[in-house]
Amino acid sequence: MLELRGLSKAFGGIQAVVDFSARLEKNRITGLIGPNGSGKTTLFNLITGFIKLDRGEVFFKKEKIDGLLPHEIASRGLVRTFQLSRVFPRMTVLENLLLAPQGQMGEKLWALGLKRERVRDEENRNLKKALSLIEKIGLLPLKDEFAENLSYGQQKLLEMARLFMANPEMILLDEPTAGINPLMIRKIMDFILTMREMGKTFFIIEHNMDVIIECCDWVFVLDHGEKISEGTPEEIQNDPRVIEAYLGT
Amino acid sequence: MDLFLHLCVMCLIYIIFALSLNLEIGYTGLFNFGHVAFFGIGAYTSALLTLHHFPFELGLVMALTLSGIFGFLLGLPSLRLRGDFFGIATLGFGEMIRMVFQNEVWLTKGPMGLPGIPKPTLFSFRFATLPQYFLLTLGFTAITFLFLRILIRSPFGRVLKAIREDEIAAEALGKNAYRFKIKSFVVGSIFAGLAGALWGHYTTFISPNDFTLLETILVLLIVVLGGKGTEWGPLLGAALLIFFQESLRFLRLPPEYGRYLAPLQQMIFGALLIFMMLFRPEGLIKERGRRVYAGTQRVE
Repeated sequence: MLELRGLSKAFGGIQAVVDFSARLEKNRITGLIGPNGSGKTTLFNLITGFIKLDRGEVFFKKEKIDGLLPHEIASRGLVRTFQLSRVFPRMTVLENLLLAPQGQMGEKLWALGLKRERVRDEENRNLKKALSLIEKIGLLPLKDEFAENLSYGQQKLLEMARLFMANPEMILLDEPTAGINPLMIRKIMDFILTMREMGKTFFIIEHNMDVIIECCDWVFVLDHGEKISEGTPEEIQNDPRVIEAYLGT
Repeated sequence: MDLFLHLCVMCLIYIIFALSLNLEIGYTGLFNFGHVAFFGIGAYTSALLTLHHFPFELGLVMALTLSGIFGFLLGLPSLRLRGDFFGIATLGFGEMIRMVFQNEVWLTKGPMGLPGIPKPTLFSFRFATLPQYFLLTLGFTAITFLFLRILIRSPFGRVLKAIREDEIAAEALGKNAYRFKIKSFVVGSIFAGLAGALWGHYTTFISPNDFTLLETILVLLIVVLGGKGTEWGPLLGAALLIFFQESLRFLRLPPEYGRYLAPLQQMIFGALLIFMMLFRPEGLIKERGRRVYAGTQRVE
């Protein structure tokens, strides 16, 4: 599904990511762990085009996508989230969701004049889908509320729902459960597992080992920009190199 | 009665001008400090063409086209800049266009200005009297308002708002922010051009001095006062400020105080802007989330 070949990036004298190669299989949940500053988020930024690569290639569904702009990569079905929740604060919960579907007819200016019926139908379909989704995550009473008025956990949940609406083939999640309570973590994990059952592929940065152990099929470990280990969650937990990287002994 | 109609016409023209800026500032988050340039381009284009005996219809169409083209040309490089830098680039453009009006004497007659701009004739009906002109501007204002409302309420407008809120997150969702910003900017410029053309034919005399930074500040104040990012904000803002500004002119002051009037007005505007920023930054009308979407029923 996603193939990374020798990704490298330096910021000044600091090697943020060094020669990272990996293959991520379809319909799997792959984890990415490592101490703070080990280059996890940079790696995500490199894959999704937010930062330019120094060296290396990225293939998504066998198509070379490195060098494309972020929105071009996203519209090919590879969508990411950010470490801090990035809902659109002064848009309603409903609007946040309605924005997500890709390639909407109503986003084209000419179509607003010439294809009014189609735009309307599409909008109605999306609206139904969004409302049922909002109901599922329990935010229905807040649907016309600005997203900035939600709690942080609710915003994270809304972000997951937005991904669901966007319906990409592969999703990169940057610490989806950071800073929220255990109940909300459970909800977000359920979201991830449901979407996997629908055939989605995930690549997840996560510090919470419980989430990694329960969700992930495969884990990469990054330290100082280098891949120091990979394997199933069980193997990783017992790998002395990983323990060393985390504890610094 | 004439005075009242005059106020209404001025008000309507500024409503169009403010609506176009609201699309950029209020909905797309583009702080355009050179909006008056497009007002000026619209005014000069239509005035020059009709002064050379071309029909008003052509003048108007060309005014809109040229404003749009210049909007596109300015947007192409400047919309790659973010936030403050974009503002400074537009500020520069605004001054640049004014210098063109002032110095390209062969075209614009320079500081002498263009007197005697004819009243418009649309489909062989001449809008010569004040009530007729009022109806003409009212019609154009209604068209502008409805057109921009459709745009804002559509999925297109939703993307604009998302870009205003968080450009990077919008791109992460596959929206080409740059392209949407250019479209918004071009549409905004076109309607500013419309306002300019209507204004030129109304006052019948335009000169480079009419298109200074002060005009940009006035229209900015209208949008901020009324409530940016709201459908009715620019209407309210324009009504309040234009009535205030124009009625000052008819204040019967002893002549020796008359010269204080213009600076005083600027001071009041400045104070108002500071006051709004401090105490009600969202404007008189507050932005709220839309409850029902265009063409969709409530599904509950």
